[in-house]
Amino acid sequence: MFPSSLRSSFRRSLISALALGTLALSSPLLRAEPVAADAFVKTVAGEVIDAVKADKAIQAGDVSRIRALVDAKVMPHVNFQRMTASSVGPQWRSATPDQQKRMLVEFQTLMVNTYSGALTQVKDQAVVVKPLRPGAADSGDLVVRTEVRGKGDPIQLDYRLEKAGDGWKIFDVNVGGFWLVEAYKGQFAKDLSSGGLDALISRLTEKNKSLATSAAKN
Amino acid sequence: MNTSPGLTGWLRGLIGLIGRVNGLVLAGSLLLLQGGCASLPGEGGSRGDPWETFNRQVFAFNEVVDAAAIKPAAQVFQAVVPSLVRTGIHNFFGNLGDMWTSANLLLQAKPTAALETGMRAAVNTFFGLGGVLEVADGLGLERRPYEDFGQTLGYWGLRSGPYLVLPLLGPSTLRDAAGLALDLKDSPSTRVFRETRDKNGATVLQALNTRVRLLNAGRVLDDIALDKYILLRDAYLARRKSLIYDGDPPDDDAAPAPYKSLLK
Repeated sequence: MFPSSLRSSFRRSLISALALGTLALSSPLLRAEPVAADAFVKTVAGEVIDAVKADKAIQAGDVSRIRALVDAKVMPHVNFQRMTASSVGPQWRSATPDQQKRMLVEFQTLMVNTYSGALTQVKDQAVVVKPLRPGAADSGDLVVRTEVRGKGDPIQLDYRLEKAGDGWKIFDVNVGGFWLVEAYKGQFAKDLSSGGLDALISRLTEKNKSLATSAAKN
Repeated sequence: MNTSPGLTGWLRGLIGLIGRVNGLVLAGSLLLLQGGCASLPGEGGSRGDPWETFNRQVFAFNEVVDAAAIKPAAQVFQAVVPSLVRTGIHNFFGNLGDMWTSANLLLQAKPTAALETGMRAAVNTFFGLGGVLEVADGLGLERRPYEDFGQTLGYWGLRSGPYLVLPLLGPSTLRDAAGLALDLKDSPSTRVFRETRDKNGATVLQALNTRVRLLNAGRVLDDIALDKYILLRDAYLARRKSLIYDGDPPDDDAAPAPYKSLLK
């Protein structure tokens, strides 16, 4: 027979093992608990702003650094395919896989340029995430509203999110009342109607090239 | 100012011209709007821009004037005037803007917001040397987005009407141009400055202050735009709609006017 003290310690460890086991069992459940959409936006926006504040090269407009930052901290959270598809509209579905691929590449380059201009403006800003509307979390897609506060007037910055597994993906951004997808729809419409997706792709390629040369000059 | 009567006279004439144009626009647009709102095209998209050919010409003119005169002047202003003074100038005009915002909030039957903004303006006027210092922010009275008379008209259900690019003043709509005529006539900045010379000086200073703040934004716009005219137009129309619905516009073009949510 074991001494009673040993037995009780065995029992104690059994209890803790059981407790741990329960925890271990429940932890997948905990992980399945989705991250709240507003918390997600807060984390992503905060990470980007902190990264810019810590990096003098980005503030000076170093395009390759900005591209690295956007690739690392922004793109993983964006459903870029959906964003491109809705900016192009009905012609996206009839496009060949090759056209879609080229369009994605050129559009992404343009987006990074959009971002690089905006990110060089980050100085003393902070992001305030507004509370979600009651019931907003029940639907698949929802809007998280934030405000960027800095020295000047506050800037409205909203995100459209879709559920992606346990987390969220951004598929549209609203700056001061203007949705990005709406903006690009308006920009793309003329080329799409006159020359189709190929005309638009070559227009974007041209635009990106001229931006690259002007960035190299600076 | 007396040392360059040519420039002053030119500016005075120009500003007078803008005033007259706006008077005409106001008269014309009120006629049109009375004539039948239903026949006006909806907001947003090219449907809202039946005057595109004319607008593009004015837009091109504005771009030339901006590149030749306004932008260089703003760059000089930014380089010569110390940032502390520029902040003071910005605060001063911002404070006048707050007063006008407060009046418009009242006209939109939003008494709480009107009172808050009015308090803000009062605090900055009395404790911030006439609005040069920003004091109210520290007291938790943060600035609300600017409200003008065009927004007030929109709040009460007046549709924007066609998109309209005004000479020198840029993007507008028929409704907002009508509102602007009243903004220019009755807003605090025109009431504060009685003398024409002071008014003109204030207008130039305010224009420079606005343009300096847009120097960086302009570069971003040039970078991303395939068609700058369309980008500015769509951005303006979306921004105005968003402002009228206090940052939460409905997707539907045929949605009820903002004031109807009061009645719910």
